[in-house]
Amino acid sequence: MPEYQNIFTRVQVRGPLHAGVPVAKGPWMREGKPFFLHLAGELGNAQIGPLYLGTLGVASFICGFIAIEIIGLNMWASVNWSPILFIRDLPWLALEPPSPAYGLHIPPLNQGGWWLMAGFFLTSAMVLWFFRVYRRARQLGLGTHTAWAWAAAIWLYFVLGFLRPLLMGSWGEAPPFGIFPHLDWTVSFSLRYGNLYYDPFHMLSIVFLYGSVLLFAMHAATILAVSRFGGDKEVEQSVDRGTASERAALFWRWTMGFNATMESIHRWAWWFAVLTPLTGGIGILLTGTVTDDWFLWAVKHGVAPHYAPIANIVDPAAGGKP
Amino acid sequence: MRPNSISLIALAGAFLMAIIAVLTFTRPPVDVIATGNPGTGMQLLYNPDTVAAELAGNKAPPALPPIDAGPLSSTVYKNVQVLGNISTGAFTRLMVSMAAWVAPQQGCNYCHVAGDFASDAKYTKVIARRMLQMTIAVNTNYKDHVGNVGVTCYTCHRGLNIPSQVWFEGVTPGSGGGLAESQMGKNLPTLTGGSLPSDPFTPFLLNNQNIRVSGSTALPSGNLASIKNTDWTYALMIHYATALGVGCEFCHNSRAFNDWTQSTPQRVTAYYAEGMLRDLNRNYMVPLTGVFPAVQLGPKGDVAKINCATCHQGVYKPLFGAAMASSFPALGGSPP
Repeated sequence: MPEYQNIFTRVQVRGPLHAGVPVAKGPWMREGKPFFLHLAGELGNAQIGPLYLGTLGVASFICGFIAIEIIGLNMWASVNWSPILFIRDLPWLALEPPSPAYGLHIPPLNQGGWWLMAGFFLTSAMVLWFFRVYRRARQLGLGTHTAWAWAAAIWLYFVLGFLRPLLMGSWGEAPPFGIFPHLDWTVSFSLRYGNLYYDPFHMLSIVFLYGSVLLFAMHAATILAVSRFGGDKEVEQSVDRGTASERAALFWRWTMGFNATMESIHRWAWWFAVLTPLTGGIGILLTGTVTDDWFLWAVKHGVAPHYAPIANIVDPAAGGKP
Repeated sequence: MRPNSISLIALAGAFLMAIIAVLTFTRPPVDVIATGNPGTGMQLLYNPDTVAAELAGNKAPPALPPIDAGPLSSTVYKNVQVLGNISTGAFTRLMVSMAAWVAPQQGCNYCHVAGDFASDAKYTKVIARRMLQMTIAVNTNYKDHVGNVGVTCYTCHRGLNIPSQVWFEGVTPGSGGGLAESQMGKNLPTLTGGSLPSDPFTPFLLNNQNIRVSGSTALPSGNLASIKNTDWTYALMIHYATALGVGCEFCHNSRAFNDWTQSTPQRVTAYYAEGMLRDLNRNYMVPLTGVFPAVQLGPKGDVAKINCATCHQGVYKPLFGAAMASSFPALGGSPP
């Protein structure tokens, strides 16, 4: 007997191509004629399109393209325009912020000016995308949850690349554009400011990040488990539970004494996801501006114990001898 | 997709993970030695296979039997500027040992003009003389780093004319590049790991830039070290670790890298190496720049210089602490 699944669908359920619900008005209603793609149908809906690009979408795409071009061409130049080295070394290549010596001044292009420019266009692209998502949601009469979730991610990016460097008085404090280089930056950040793991907002961010993963797994598992009773009709079941939700609810009350509801689980998940970058951004913003060493801060406030010395050694630069 | 497609995908994934595991994981067992407070993860990890290979690759050669006979070498030989105050027996024994340590293929004639051993015509002899002075200086002035183990020519040379692990100056950050981003001295694959600076030696082991970047107070109190500064310190520390074949926890408690009370005594030993290396590079190697032939200089025309790896070569104590220098008092070696 054929079985319908959401991922790696064995039976693709296809209706006629449809352009979607009618909407009030818009400059470009819809682009392209929809079509079916079998491969897409293995993962989700087989229908591709129609796509809406619009003014904000085009503007966002152009800004993003400029940013990627600035970053990519500078990286390519750094390996003397060798296509082989560009591909082989790509994970290591970077576009760096200016040296701290430039403070918040605008440096020459080849001394970090390109980095400022790429940051400006990338930020513009993301902010334009926020307005695009917001407007599309409104056009369809939806809530704007997706746009605000995206705004939470922009907040963290904005803190790292703009707000914190501004407060520190140096563009050089910002992360570089590059795969390994930005990872090295996170380690150096933590080394300089005394171990970010003792930053309470970093702790919160980790809680929400891992919490998001846990909630995602719990929710997805619950819905898949009760879909045989029609449990995948979650939205209707928010107001009219039916046997699937009742079984799911009882399952969680049995296992942990408490259950979320068909509606509240989505609020839990949304807030956990959104709070991850929100709290993380606060933690980054406080580092170096309000605190200088998170480990010492944590010891001072009783968060971390300061263990007994493991060997009686003293800093030799302070005149100590072993 | 047919029903068995999913199992095929799973099979391919399992195969890929197995390949990654086989190529990158260390085969158990691993011996663990805890060094710090419980729960801090300060553990030295040793794999018996790796240790066996390192032991085999870092053996000190047998020393010639000690000889201390004959008049002072300065009374017999001409142009003896460093080792004039030892007996001709000890002198000859050291010369023969040096040939075996540094030029086993070429022998005496690598440094000496055949028939006129007093001549300074060969550049190698001029360098060898300065290196003898350097070895004596290390063994006498830097006991806080080398202890009574000391060093000999072999510690670095290992039978090669030029030690296998030396360093040359890299690009100057902020130089070149034209309109495109200038060179940063990093963001390329390097031995220091990640995309960290490839030459953390010039600022710290030649010049005396500040290595310490971490905060020393909970709240800001004037520490202006930047994250970019930290990249360079980080790269230097990764060099220390790789040169000694150890992890960070050999010296540090990773919860607070800068805290001396939570560090091991090895960190103090490493600290004294920094001043020693600056002295050796500045006062022994750099003045020899003009003596070396151009082909042995680096891309910027600078002389080969010394870092941790030059002696340690991947082992926490060079040659696993074999006290070679103790059988060569002329090199300033102490009795074990």
